[in-house]
Amino acid sequence: MNTKHPNRSESSAHNAGRDREERALATRHADAAPRDSTGDAPSQPSRRRALAGLAAMTAGAAAAQTVQKAPPGAVLREVPLDPSKVPGTPLQDGYGTRSQFEDAVRMRYKTATAESSWTFTPLQASVGIMTPSGLHFERSHAGTATIDPARHELFVHGMVKQPRKYSMAEIRRFPSMSRILFIECSGNGLTEWSKPTLKTVQGTHGLTSTSEWTGVPLRTLFDEAGVRGGAKWVLAEGADGAAMTRSIPFDKAMRDCFVAYGQNGEAIRPEQGYPLRLIVPGYEGNTHIKWLRRLEIADMPFMTREETSKYTDLRPDGKAVQFSFEMEAKSVITSPSGEMMLNGPGFQEITGLAWSGRGTVKRVDVSTDGGRTWRPAALQTPVLPVCHTRFRVPWEWDGKEAVLQSRCVDDTGYVQPTLGQLIAVRGLNGPIGSVYHLNAIQSWHVGADGKVTNVHHY
Amino acid sequence: MSITTKAAVAAFTVLAAAAHAQPSQPAPRSKPFGFGAAVTDSDLKRFTSPLPDGRGLPAGSGTVAQGRTVYAQSCASCHGEKLEGGSGDRLVGGRGSLVNNDPKKAPVKTVESYWPYATTLFDYIKRAMPFNAPGSLTDDQVYAVSAYILSQAKIVPEDATLDARSLAAVQMPNRNGFIPDPRPEKFPPVDKTPHTSAIGG
Repeated sequence: MNTKHPNRSESSAHNAGRDREERALATRHADAAPRDSTGDAPSQPSRRRALAGLAAMTAGAAAAQTVQKAPPGAVLREVPLDPSKVPGTPLQDGYGTRSQFEDAVRMRYKTATAESSWTFTPLQASVGIMTPSGLHFERSHAGTATIDPARHELFVHGMVKQPRKYSMAEIRRFPSMSRILFIECSGNGLTEWSKPTLKTVQGTHGLTSTSEWTGVPLRTLFDEAGVRGGAKWVLAEGADGAAMTRSIPFDKAMRDCFVAYGQNGEAIRPEQGYPLRLIVPGYEGNTHIKWLRRLEIADMPFMTREETSKYTDLRPDGKAVQFSFEMEAKSVITSPSGEMMLNGPGFQEITGLAWSGRGTVKRVDVSTDGGRTWRPAALQTPVLPVCHTRFRVPWEWDGKEAVLQSRCVDDTGYVQPTLGQLIAVRGLNGPIGSVYHLNAIQSWHVGADGKVTNVHHY
Repeated sequence: MSITTKAAVAAFTVLAAAAHAQPSQPAPRSKPFGFGAAVTDSDLKRFTSPLPDGRGLPAGSGTVAQGRTVYAQSCASCHGEKLEGGSGDRLVGGRGSLVNNDPKKAPVKTVESYWPYATTLFDYIKRAMPFNAPGSLTDDQVYAVSAYILSQAKIVPEDATLDARSLAAVQMPNRNGFIPDPRPEKFPPVDKTPHTSAIGG
């Protein structure tokens, strides 16, 4: 990596990210091939012991040769030739695992440090609209904080009559609410501005995920503290090593923001801000402050580093757009998508995800001829505001070259633009343009051999 | 369809519509819950969040010369001896590089060329730097290293001393470089926009 690069964390990561993705792809292919147990990581002695025992027990059983190491989140078990002829694994107290045959994982973008970095959700493996908590994308600026909830406090202060602090137990006493919402990093797709760069939909679009979030509205907390006149902005601060801070407009905070302690039916994951994160529906992911410890109300924005030198969108005239909060309507075909191989001509379902930070997905159109003709996709219910929406279109592939695209329209009437339209308005100030908020139509090229490739076609 | 089924469908439709129109927020309450505890001034001492007009900056001060030492000890290993960047961001240079529409040439965004407020420098260093020991610098050290960075950026003189008042008064070169969000944008028709067909990977 070129350490002298002026914008190290953004643009030289361009190529580094691709290297990373190539390695991940290579690993996946290697994983599919038979492997001996010596390939196991030395840091997992118990698993190695388990493997030795397993090998002895199965004594040449065919299945034991195909999987020698459980993927993350799974436990390696003996695979009988006929599961209907033997009792299965005994039930026990504990926390469940996924199948040892499922290996979709988050993939880290190779930034200069592993603490200020991000990981992509494997959208190519996604079904439905929910993201498993363990596959929810991450963006952290100083690693994942480890916080004892018994010692965590949330402060509400600034322009209020009664500044208050709350323990987690006290936060949980307030009336609660839940919403199923997508969160998308505004840097999602930043490698794709000037040329198709990453190979898979995980790399091009994997910084968006959907969870059910549960917590307490900011309105409740602010009403409790008694907000003084003139309040315009709220600073949210995390308790991580970056003490991440963003200013949120006060009216937005009162309208629909909440502090969340729950994710998908259990406590929020550490990588997502355990024990408490801010949820700002439809706004860029960076505003959803994780490990939330403080809300300070003021009469102006705090102009923190993350809302001035980062997360601002530099245009060709040298002016940068600031407080570009909303994640605009966007969609992507998740299958077939980059690096997949079609299984010969005939029926092929085209499916993907669409979402809008401004409201509800109204329509998704799909093209198989590079945007010349479009047909409406079926939207899977529930279709929720500010939420991933699953779309599907049946397709008869004729075995010839094709370019697949999807285009989202939301209930404000906004139509997802082509990259050409986006560049016509925002220009390209450098290889990664204005960095943030790339919501253009994605193109996947299908070769006559069935190979699917990330392309620019606009 | 039976009456019962019809009623159930109707009820479900009403519920679904209600859920759609009004994401579940708890009803407001007229009297306080009274949870939590009062916040004291000493509670808030450990937090830093200055506003761009300088309100919230702590007492203390530091000189460029003092900052040179702090920088060498705590910053140079990531940001470079000459503030040219390394595993951490480049901090100086880049003036004049922001106006650019060449996808092959990157703009150089630094404290000198891009940051609109000097208060942000104090705030960010105080909270989040050094990367391996965030929050370890004293207020005086943060004023000093802010002064050093701003002097290397040719924004304050070599003999500058910065405190709450003088830091907030620093005029950054790109102070007027930011505009409000113009979105949603009006896009030109597809046939009047750039076109390309490029295979990636």
